[in-house]
Amino acid sequence: MRFRIIVLAKQVPDTRNVGKDAMKADGTVNRAALPAIFNPEDLHALEQALSIKDKIPEAEVILLTMGPFRAAEIIREAMYRGADRGYLITDRKFAGSDTLATSYALSLAVRKLAPYHLVISGRQAIDGDTAQVGPQTAEKLGIPQITYAEEIISVDAKKIIVKRRLERGVEVVNSTLPAAITVHGSAPVCRQRVAKLLMKYKHARTVTELQNETKDYTELYNNRPYLLIDEWTADDLNAQTEMLGLSGSPTKVKKIENVVFQHKDSKVMGSSDKEIETLMKDLMSSHIIG
Amino acid sequence: MNNIFVYCEVTEERSIADVSLELLSKGKKLAGDLNVKLEAVVIGHRVSNPESLLYPYGVDVIHYADDERLFPYTTLPHTSILLDVFEKEKPEIALFGATSIGRDIAPRVASALRCGLTADCTSLEIGDHFENKTQTEYKNLLYQIRPAFGGNIIATIINPETRPQMATVREGVMKKELFSQKFKGKLKKIDAKKILKDDDFAVTIIERHMEKSKIDIKNSQVIISGGYGVGSKENFNLLFELADILGAQVGASRAAVDAGFVEHERQIGQTGVTVRPKLYIACGISGAVQHRAGMDQSAQIISINTDIGAPINHIADYTIIGNVADVIPKMIKFYKKNSK
Ligand SMILES: Cc1cc2nc3c(=O)[nH]c(=O)nc-3n(C[C@H](O)[C@H](O)[C@H](O)COP(=O)(O)OP(=O)(O)OC[C@H]3O[C@@H](n4cnc5c(N)ncnc54)[C@H](O)[C@@H]3O)c2cc1C
Ligand SMILES: Nc1ncnc2c1ncn2[C@@H]1O[C@H](COP(=O)(O)O)[C@@H](O)[C@H]1O
Repeated sequence: MRFRIIVLAKQVPDTRNVGKDAMKADGTVNRAALPAIFNPEDLHALEQALSIKDKIPEAEVILLTMGPFRAAEIIREAMYRGADRGYLITDRKFAGSDTLATSYALSLAVRKLAPYHLVISGRQAIDGDTAQVGPQTAEKLGIPQITYAEEIISVDAKKIIVKRRLERGVEVVNSTLPAAITVHGSAPVCRQRVAKLLMKYKHARTVTELQNETKDYTELYNNRPYLLIDEWTADDLNAQTEMLGLSGSPTKVKKIENVVFQHKDSKVMGSSDKEIETLMKDLMSSHIIG
Repeated sequence: MNNIFVYCEVTEERSIADVSLELLSKGKKLAGDLNVKLEAVVIGHRVSNPESLLYPYGVDVIHYADDERLFPYTTLPHTSILLDVFEKEKPEIALFGATSIGRDIAPRVASALRCGLTADCTSLEIGDHFENKTQTEYKNLLYQIRPAFGGNIIATIINPETRPQMATVREGVMKKELFSQKFKGKLKKIDAKKILKDDDFAVTIIERHMEKSKIDIKNSQVIISGGYGVGSKENFNLLFELADILGAQVGASRAAVDAGFVEHERQIGQTGVTVRPKLYIACGISGAVQHRAGMDQSAQIISINTDIGAPINHIADYTIIGNVADVIPKMIKFYKKNSK
C-alpha cells in the first residue's frame, strides 16, 4: 500500500493585504479587490507533506480543496511544487457552508480516497481564522488529531512523531496512523515551484476549465490523463443534502457591521518640557500613575 | 432552559487558567440573564482545590474528572469525557478559552454533537431572532460577536437550532469578576475509568517543555506600548525604562513585533492579547483596527505620534505631537522630578 497523504487547502481572499480599495464607499468589503491566494498556513501543510515524500519516495501527496471552480488554481500551484494530483470539490450545494458542513464534505472526499495515512491541513484559514475545519474533519473521520504541528520528527507506515507549537511551549507527541495533523505557521515555509513540474502541469485543467478553453485539447488529455484535475460534486460524494451548505450549517450570520471609529475629544498637545511636565503632574495627581 | 457550561482549563501548576475564570464571570452574567445555572467542567489530575477556587465565581455545579491519564491535556480523553457530560446534561451554552487547548477540543466536540461553534468571540450577549424565511421566532439566543475578514467587519453569529451554542473566547477579552466569596455550589465526580477507552490513547506525549509565561501585560494597570514608529530595538529600551519606573508593562503593535523590536508575547490586538489597563500610552502606533480591537477599552489613552492624523489619536484622551525618542525621556525626567 502506497503511503498516501491528503493535504486540505483552501483558496482565500488575501485579507492580510487589505489595501485602501478593499473597502467600498458604503463600507462593505470589496471582495473583488482582494486577490485570491493559497491560504498561507496550507502552504506550510503542503511542505510537511512534500518533506515526507522526500523521505518516503513511494509516498503520494494529494491536494483536496473545496471551493468555486477558480479554486483549481491552488491545485495547480500545489502540483508545481510537488503534489502528485488534486481534487476539486465543487457544487452549488456547498455554498454557505460553515466549518461543520465544510468538514462533512471534506471528510466524505477523504473517505473516497481511503486507504490513507495522513490528512494534513493548515491550522487556520485567514478569511475566518477559525482553526476548526482540521479538528472537525478528524472527528468525522474518527481519527486522532495533532494540532499546531511545527515539525514532523519521524514517520513510518504505523506511527508518526510530531513536535507541536503551543502558546507556552512545545510538546512532542506520538500517534498511530491514520491521523490528522494541522500545521502551524511556525513550521518551515513551502518550497518554491519546480521548473520541470511547472512545464509538466501548466496545462492541467478541470473539466469545467476545459469547457471554457478555445483550443481543443482532446488529444493532449488523451495522451496525458494526469493533466485532468478531477471535480467532485455532492453526488459524487454521496452526500446527504441536508448536511451541506446553509442547511448543514448550524451557525448563521445574524448581522454584519463595518468597523467604525468612535471619536473621543482628544486633547492635542506639543512636546515641550512644560507641556510634558504638566501632563505628568496631572496623571500623578489623579492617581493614574504613581 | 438548560444550563451554561464552561470547560475549565488546567494550568501547568494544576490550577484553573485565567481565561476559564474570565469565562465563568461572563457565564454567570449570562446565566443571570437566562435564569439558569452555571456549571464548570474540570478535567485533570490532582487539580488544586477546584471547589474553593471556582465557587466564588458563582459556579453551581463542578463536574470533576480526576485521573492521572488526564493530565497533561490530550485531545481524545478530554473529548470523550466532555462528550459524556454534555450528552447527559445537554447544555444550553458551552464556552471555551480560545487557547491551544480550547481551540483543539471545542471543534472536535462541536463536530461530534453536530452543533455550531464560533471561534474567538469578542463579545457574548443574549438576544432574540426572527427568521423571515420560516417565520420562526427564537427567544434568548446567544449572540456570538466576533471580528471577521481581517478585522474589517464585526459579525454577529447565532445558532438557532442546535445545542449547545458553543463559542471560544481569547484570554483577556472578558473581565474576571468574583461573584461572591461566600457562594457554595456542589461537586459532581465523573467516573473517568468508565468513560475512557483504549482508543482514546492513540496519541501519547513523549516530551514537553512549557514555560511559565514571563510576560504578563494583561494584568498590568499601566501599559507603555510601542509601534513601528518607535524605530528600533534601542528606542524600545526607553519604553522599558519608563515602564520600570511606573511599574508598568511594555506592549507592542504587530508591526513592531514583526520588525523584531520586541517579543511576540507583547503583541496587543486582534491577534495578540486584549488589554484594558487604567492607562495606555501608545508610542508611534498608527492605530489600525486590529490593534485598537485589543486596547480601545483602556480607561485612559495617551498617543505619542509625529502625525496628527494618525487614527489612534481619535480614541486618545491626550495626543502628544512629537517624536517618541524625545518625549519618553522627558516623561521619565518629569515623573522622577515630581515624585520626590
Ligand atoms: C488579520 C490581521 C490581524 C492583525 N492583528 C494585529 C494585532 O493583533 N495587533 C496589531 O498591532 N496589529 C495587527 N495587525 C496589523 C495592523 O493592521 C497594523 O499593520 C499594525 O497595527 C500597524 O502597526 P504600527 O501602528 O506600529 O505601524 P504603522 O502603521 O507603520 O504606524 C507607525 C506610526 O508611528 C508614527 N511615527 C513614526 N515615527 C515616529 C516617531 N519617531 N515618533 C512618534 N511617532 C512616529 C507614524 O506617524 C505612524 O502613525 C493585524 C492585521 C491583520 C490583517
Ligand atoms: N474549503 C476548504 N477546502 C479545503 N480545505 C479547507 C477548506 N476550508 C478549510 N480547510 C482546511 O482547514 C484549515 C482550517 O480552516 P478554518 O477552520 O477555516 O480556519 C485550513 O487551513 C485548510 O487546511
